[in-house]
Amino acid sequence: MSYEFDFADVFAAWPELLQGLMNSLVLSALAMVIGMVVSVAGALGKTSGPKWLRWIIDEYIELIRNTPFLIQIFMIYFGLPSMGLKMSSNTAALLALVVNVGAYGIEIIRAGIESIQKGQIEAGKSLGMRPLQIFRYIILKPAIQAIYPSLTSQFILLMLNTSVCSAIAASELTAVAGDIQSRTFRSFEVYFVVTCMYLGLSVFFWSVFAAIERAFLRKPTR
Amino acid sequence: MSATASSADHEIGDVIIEMRKVDKFYGDFQVLRDIDLTVSRGERIVICGPSGSGKSTLIRCLNQLEEHQKGDIVIDGTTVHAKLKGIEDIRREIGMVFQSFNLFPHLTALENCTLAPMKVRGIGKAEAEANARKILERVHIPEQAHKYPVQLSGGQQQRVAIARSLCMNPKIMLFDEPTSALDPEMVSEVLDTMVELAESGMTMICVTHEMGFARKVADRVIFMDAGEIVEVAPPGQFFSAPQSERTRQFLGQILHHA
Repeated sequence: MSYEFDFADVFAAWPELLQGLMNSLVLSALAMVIGMVVSVAGALGKTSGPKWLRWIIDEYIELIRNTPFLIQIFMIYFGLPSMGLKMSSNTAALLALVVNVGAYGIEIIRAGIESIQKGQIEAGKSLGMRPLQIFRYIILKPAIQAIYPSLTSQFILLMLNTSVCSAIAASELTAVAGDIQSRTFRSFEVYFVVTCMYLGLSVFFWSVFAAIERAFLRKPTR
Repeated sequence: MSATASSADHEIGDVIIEMRKVDKFYGDFQVLRDIDLTVSRGERIVICGPSGSGKSTLIRCLNQLEEHQKGDIVIDGTTVHAKLKGIEDIRREIGMVFQSFNLFPHLTALENCTLAPMKVRGIGKAEAEANARKILERVHIPEQAHKYPVQLSGGQQQRVAIARSLCMNPKIMLFDEPTSALDPEMVSEVLDTMVELAESGMTMICVTHEMGFARKVADRVIFMDAGEIVEVAPPGQFFSAPQSERTRQFLGQILHHA
């Protein structure tokens, strides 16, 4: 084995790589923010919505958690257009990520909500608060505090999942890497650099999550 | 019938709470049986009885944290039931203090006191805070305003909980065994606060076994057993000459070591 490493071609493609990195970052961040909204709304529906809504949410969760992410993407990008819903590959990637992370996020936040003691809700009721006010001001923050580590792990998985979106030629990092690789044939070098970039993305998101925790979710200590 | 000193020294007004033939079931099990109770504005009632006798359930029906199945409950002119639209409007006039405090752990003492006035009554932040500080002073813990519940002792937490209810300026205060979860040395600070509240003319219904408190402030003491009101009497008579055998037994047990 006398493979000679040559990163020159890969580094020459740095503007593309950087663009791919930025696209992955933006795609992940958008999916996390929208996914969070879906998760909170879904968890609220699942814990206190009407029966038909709970049923729909349950079915949604089961469907998403028991099918491959790649198929979900294909369904949205290739399947929906036959029903008249056409979208760009990046939009389809974002939608698929949100739909996917929502199913997991709802279950995580539901667990957080269920960890809240009944007395908290009774205290809110006895003060004359309405159900949505109780959820917003009394339940939500302690619930998220309780499950924050699981939630952030799920969001990191989401970020890693963006690489699967290369399958529909979304312009994210893995797709860009594929392009460079097929042009330069420097597979090892390309994917080595891209691995480092994903690692960098993880470190970035972990530090954002930690900063959010410090700023908003720190629990008072004795 | 000897009226006690406590029932003569303050004003009692028109009827504010009326329970008529109230029944409540948990499945097949009947927790409240044919409860009739009328409470007047400014009256202080103490309810005692063995555990499982339905005393907590009774007061939790008043603000409909528990729903009753039969009979009527009328609060200040409004008949309440579980499906009542605007039950929140009734609840905000009824403060409730719980055995386990139930403070909001993610909010400071001050924020616990301002949340409902701001969100439910729509009072501005500055006014809500000024009012909350006044009331925290009234329960003797103004210096704890910026602490979180975990940073407070049990007695302090319960006084914050009382303050939180008072900040809504309620017409009625319900106490559900407010001292039962406290270390003995903290019981008196909470009871003192409750006595002061009683002296201010608040309508109070207290589920408690603190018989000293009952003697001191109650207009009437109610003894419950097996979901029924067994005996109602002014404290003087209740303690010295209980009519029912079950009341005598119960008092014998709880006053045994007093």
